Amino acid sequence: MIVRLLAAAAAVLIVSPALAVDAKTGSVAKPAASDVTVTPEEVEKAVAAAWKNLPEDLAARVEQDETMKVCSLTRNQPSEAQAAAIMARERKTIVHPEGGSFMGDWKMGEKLSLSGYGGRMGDDPKRANGGNCYACHQLAPSEISYGTLGPSLLGYGKLKGHDLPAQKEVYERIYNAQSVYACSNMPRFGHNGFLTIDQIKDAVAFLLDPESPVNK
Amino acid sequence: MALKPTWLVALAFVLATTGGALAQSPATTPGTQAAADSDADKMLEKYREMISDPMSNPGYLAVDTGELLWATARGPNNVSLETCDLGKGPGVVDGAYAEMPRWFADAGRVMDAESRILWCMENIQGLDTTALRKKPFASSGGNPATEIEALVAFVANKSSGMTYEAKMEHPEEQRMVKLGEALFYRRSSINDFSCQTCHGQAGQRIRLQNLPFFDDPKAAQATMGTWPTYRVSQASLRTMQHRIYDCYWQMRMPTVGYASDVTIALAAYLTKKAEGGTIEVPSIKR
Ligand code: HEC
Ligand code: HEC
Repeated sequence: MIVRLLAAAAAVLIVSPALAVDAKTGSVAKPAASDVTVTPEEVEKAVAAAWKNLPEDLAARVEQDETMKVCSLTRNQPSEAQAAAIMARERKTIVHPEGGSFMGDWKMGEKLSLSGYGGRMGDDPKRANGGNCYACHQLAPSEISYGTLGPSLLGYGKLKGHDLPAQKEVYERIYNAQSVYACSNMPRFGHNGFLTIDQIKDAVAFLLDPESPVNK
Repeated sequence: MALKPTWLVALAFVLATTGGALAQSPATTPGTQAAADSDADKMLEKYREMISDPMSNPGYLAVDTGELLWATARGPNNVSLETCDLGKGPGVVDGAYAEMPRWFADAGRVMDAESRILWCMENIQGLDTTALRKKPFASSGGNPATEIEALVAFVANKSSGMTYEAKMEHPEEQRMVKLGEALFYRRSSINDFSCQTCHGQAGQRIRLQNLPFFDDPKAAQATMGTWPTYRVSQASLRTMQHRIYDCYWQMRMPTVGYASDVTIALAAYLTKKAEGGTIEVPSIKR
């Protein structure tokens, strides 16, 4: 019992060095809420303990890259300098398609916009991932099951046009949203390898092609 | 533990009518998902009307099972859990859930209901909980609650009608709240999600699903005060551990450690936000 108590007291001392412990009674002075802090290292320690013994590819999902770290610590409100650094870094990750065209097949784009499949434990890695754009965006007017985490993209092609510069801009945005908007809540689809280059081209077509229902 | 037969009728109703439709993958053709969702909502409404008697909520089956388990002498020590200290003294179950997660000096850890009950199973009954920790959740589709789900349902139900009073005053409890807060904003995995992505603003939807915004105390209270819940879409009783596991699954994270500090910290953070809210459990949700 004594050992346990000592261990508990020691644990308190180790994790919260700011707390005053009375040496005689071992009782801990009740701190104001603001006294207790958790360092990023302590957060990562808890994370490491919650996701243990993983194969390399899954372990990589738990770890944060520099951009995730900054966005997490600033709660998606990076300083101007941090935002500039993120956008510059993310811009460098963009891979353009070969052949000069950024637009694929809008019908395929529609399919992947509706699909939330892929990447979850138990999902078949051989089946194509979906972009799940409808989870966050309004797109074609006929689809009323759309989320509101992102802006409405209804009629997006009418707004943007579909010339090459417009295609390229939208392609890059989907490939890596944070190359344009630091700490965007939108996944970095291309950078993360979640969608393929061809899939991103299809998504561009769904947004911009005049034949796409998004623009009808 | 006299079970009323009505739960069986209710369960059959759910399985036959809504279970299948709701379990569908979100990848469907345009329009059908919306139709399925609104059908499901209508079903749920009907279902709620049907169950005016709380004893016919299938979630109560887990409560009854849990009550029996709690009082049964088991394990190498052949004792029941009736001396388990849930924070209000050995054997006190009434109101204990309303004060969890909390610091337990004997374990040297802040614990939620799951982790505390497991601790008691191990330390009082001498049970080996390895298998239970490996498969803590019943598979969807009308399967009976696992032992730990049932025990949590029972313990939580003994705080039903009370208000959340997890004060989080102990420095270790405060530390867990802070840890939970940091985790709530921690982005990771192949979609760059954090909890904040989906629960960071009031009035947001993912597809047609409304997302709770926990900075609004009313929303936090309504959410946290209704777990464990009987989830119609899974035809299973689900605990907060399962909800957090489920959200990490959606975030494309590997399976989060069951009853790990990460899950307890998130529960502590959200429970603190729900302080003063009423507990009505087990509830029924989609
Ligand atoms: C988890 C939420 C989420 C998902 C999924 C998502 N987006 Fe977004 N998207 C956002 C948010 C938030 C913004 C606004 C911030 C920004 O511009 O980065 C945005 C912005 C955009 C923009 C820029 C709009 C403008 O202002 O010009 C485009 C284009 C876009 N998304 C397309 C897509 C496509 C295509 C997909 C699917 C392949 C998709 N999004 C999936 C959240 C999401
Ligand atoms: C990709 C989107 C997404 C992310 C990220 C996410 N959630 Fe959720 N969350 C949901 C959805 C969808 C629901 C279900 C809402 C419903 O059933 O009405 C939900 C429900 C919940 C609920 C129960 C709500 C209720 O009304 O009972 C809790 C608690 C919760 N989430 C916590 C979290 C935590 C903690 C995290 C981070 C570890 C998180 N969520 C991350 C989408 C998400």
